[in-house]
Amino acid sequence: MSASLYTTRRIKNIVAMAFSILATAVGLLFLAWILWETLSQGIAGLKPQLFTKITAYREEGGLANAMVGSLILNVLGILIATPIGVAAGTWLAEYSLRSRLGPTIRFLNDILLSAPSIVLGLFVYTVIVLPSKWLTNGDVTFSGIAGGIALALIALPVIVRTTDEMLRLVPGTLREAALSLGVPQWKLTMQILIRAARSGIVTGVLLALARISGETAPLLFTAFGNNFMTFNPIDKMPSLPQVIYEYTKDPSPDINTLAWAGAFVLTMFVLALSLIARFVFSRSKVSHD
Amino acid sequence: MHATASNAVPKTDRAIEAGRNATDARNDRLFGWVLKACALLVLVTLIGAALSTLWLGRDAFATFGWGFLTSDAWDPGNNQFGALVPVMGTITTAVIALVFAVPVSFGIALFLTEIAPDWLRGPVSSAIELLAGIPSIIYGMWGLFIFAPFVAEHIKPWLMNNFSADPPDGQVSWLVQHVPWIAKFFSSEYPFFGAGVLTAGLVLAVMIIPFISSVMREVFQTVPTRLKESAYALGSSTWEVVWDIVVPYTRTAVIGGIFLGLGRALGETMAVAFVLGNTFKFTPSILETGSSIASTIANQFGEAEGLQKSALMALAFLLFVVTFIVLLIARLMLRRLATKEGR
Repeated sequence: MSASLYTTRRIKNIVAMAFSILATAVGLLFLAWILWETLSQGIAGLKPQLFTKITAYREEGGLANAMVGSLILNVLGILIATPIGVAAGTWLAEYSLRSRLGPTIRFLNDILLSAPSIVLGLFVYTVIVLPSKWLTNGDVTFSGIAGGIALALIALPVIVRTTDEMLRLVPGTLREAALSLGVPQWKLTMQILIRAARSGIVTGVLLALARISGETAPLLFTAFGNNFMTFNPIDKMPSLPQVIYEYTKDPSPDINTLAWAGAFVLTMFVLALSLIARFVFSRSKVSHD
Repeated sequence: MHATASNAVPKTDRAIEAGRNATDARNDRLFGWVLKACALLVLVTLIGAALSTLWLGRDAFATFGWGFLTSDAWDPGNNQFGALVPVMGTITTAVIALVFAVPVSFGIALFLTEIAPDWLRGPVSSAIELLAGIPSIIYGMWGLFIFAPFVAEHIKPWLMNNFSADPPDGQVSWLVQHVPWIAKFFSSEYPFFGAGVLTAGLVLAVMIIPFISSVMREVFQTVPTRLKESAYALGSSTWEVVWDIVVPYTRTAVIGGIFLGLGRALGETMAVAFVLGNTFKFTPSILETGSSIASTIANQFGEAEGLQKSALMALAFLLFVVTFIVLLIARLMLRRLATKEGR
C-alpha cells in the first residue's frame, strides 16, 4: 500500500522533471532554430554591395541607405530619450519620495514598457506627422524626426526604469555625506548620484538602443521609408527593419535573400548590443559591491 | 567657549552666504521642476496615445456606433468596417500563445530554479533571455519562410487527419464521427497553406516564452529556502515542493507574469503580420487564415484613406485599452509580490 503510494509519487516526480527538461530543450531548440536560419540564410545573402548600394537598385542593390537611415533614427531616438529618461528616473528615485505621483508614474512607466509599439507610432503620427503636413501644406509629412520621436517614446520607459533602479541602489550615506557638506540637491544629483550610477544608466541606454533598433511597426507611420540615401531628418527616411519588412513581403526570391541578409545584420547588431550592455553592467557590479 | 565665533563672521560673508543659499534654493526648485516635467511625459505619452487614437477614430465610432464592435464586415470598397474579426484574431492568437507558452515557461523556470546544476543555470537562462532580444521582425520572417511551411507539411495534415471533417487522407477520424462540432475548429479551405491563426499563435508563444519564464524564475527564487527545506525534510519530492510550496507561495506573481506575456502577445505586430494571412472572414477554425488588430493596421494604414483610416485608428484605440487593462492587472499582481519581499 505505502509502497505503491511511494511509487506513484516517484513516477509523478520523474514525469514532472522530464517535462521540465523537455520544456527547456524546446525553448533552446527554437532559439537555435531561429538563430540558425538567420545565420545560414543571411550569410548566403551577404555581399559587399549590401553595404555600398542603396535599395533603389532592388535586386542589384544593397541596404546601405536603410542602414544609414536606421543609424540616424536610432541616434535621434536615443538623443531625445536619454536626457528625458534620465531626468524622469532621477525624479522618481530622488524627488518623489513624499508625493503620491511618484509611485503612480513608476507604475505607469512599467505599463508603457510593454505597451504596443504600433499604438505609440500612431500617437506620433497624430501629433507630429499630421500637424507638420498641415503646417507645411504637405511639403513635410513623414520624417526622420517623427521616426526618431517614435523610437524615443519606446526607449523612454527602459531608460526611466533603469535610472530609477540604479539610483535607488546608491547608498543613502553618500547622499547624507554630501548634504551635510552643504551641497545643494541639484549638485548632489548631477555630480555625485548620477556619476555613482553611471554604468547602470549606460546599461539602460544600451538596452533601450537594442530594443529600438529592432522596432518596425512604429516606423511605418512616422519615418515611412524611401529608396535613396537620406541624411535630411525632415525627409522620409528608410530603416533596416522597415526595408526587411517590405522585402519579406516581396514575391521575388532575390529580394527575400536581401531581406535575410538585412535580418542577419540587424540580429547581430542587436545581440552584440545586449552582450555589451551585460558586460558594462557586470563590470559595474564588481566596482560597486 | 566659542560662543562668539559666529559673531566673528563678517557681515559681508553672511550676505554672500545668504545669497548663495537663495540661489541654491532657487536652482534646486528649478531642477526639481524640470525633472518632474520629464517624469510627467510618461503620463502624457500614455494619455496622448489613448486620446490621439480615439480622436482620429471618432469617425468610425460615430458612423458604426456599438455595431463597430460586433460587425464582422471589413470591406474598404463599400466603406463597411467592423472590429469583430481583427479583435477575435488578436484574442485567439494570444490565447493559443498562452496555452503553449505557459507550460513551457513553467518548465523552464522549474528547470532553472530546482533541477539544473549550478553551472548550467547561467548559460541556459542567458540563452532564453537571448530569445527575448531577437527583434520581432526576425520572428515574422522566420515564421513566414521557415515555420509556416513546417506547419503546412507536418503539423496541419496531422491535425486535419485527426480533427477535421474533411481530412486530406479521406478517413474521418473516430473522434470527429462522435463529436462533430470539434471539426469546426480545424477546418481549412487551403490544407497546404501554412499561414493561419494557429501558426501565428505558435510564433507568438515562442516570442513570449522568455518574458513569462524570466518572471516565473525570478518569483520562484523569492520563496524562502527555509520553507522549501522544511518540505524536503518531511520527505517531499522536488515536484511536491514546487507544486505545494513554491506555486502557492508565488501564485499572484505567476499570474502577473502570465498577464505580462498576454499583454505582449496582444500588441505584437511584426511577428504575426506575415503568418496570419490577413483575411477578414469570420471563422472559428484555428487552421484558417485571419487577421489581428496590429497586423491589420500595419498592412492597411499606408493605403487607407477617410473612413478606413479612421476605422484603423479606432482599432488601435481598442487595442490600447485592452492591453492597458491587461498590463495593469499584470503589474498590480506583480507589485503585491514586491511588497511581500519588502523591496
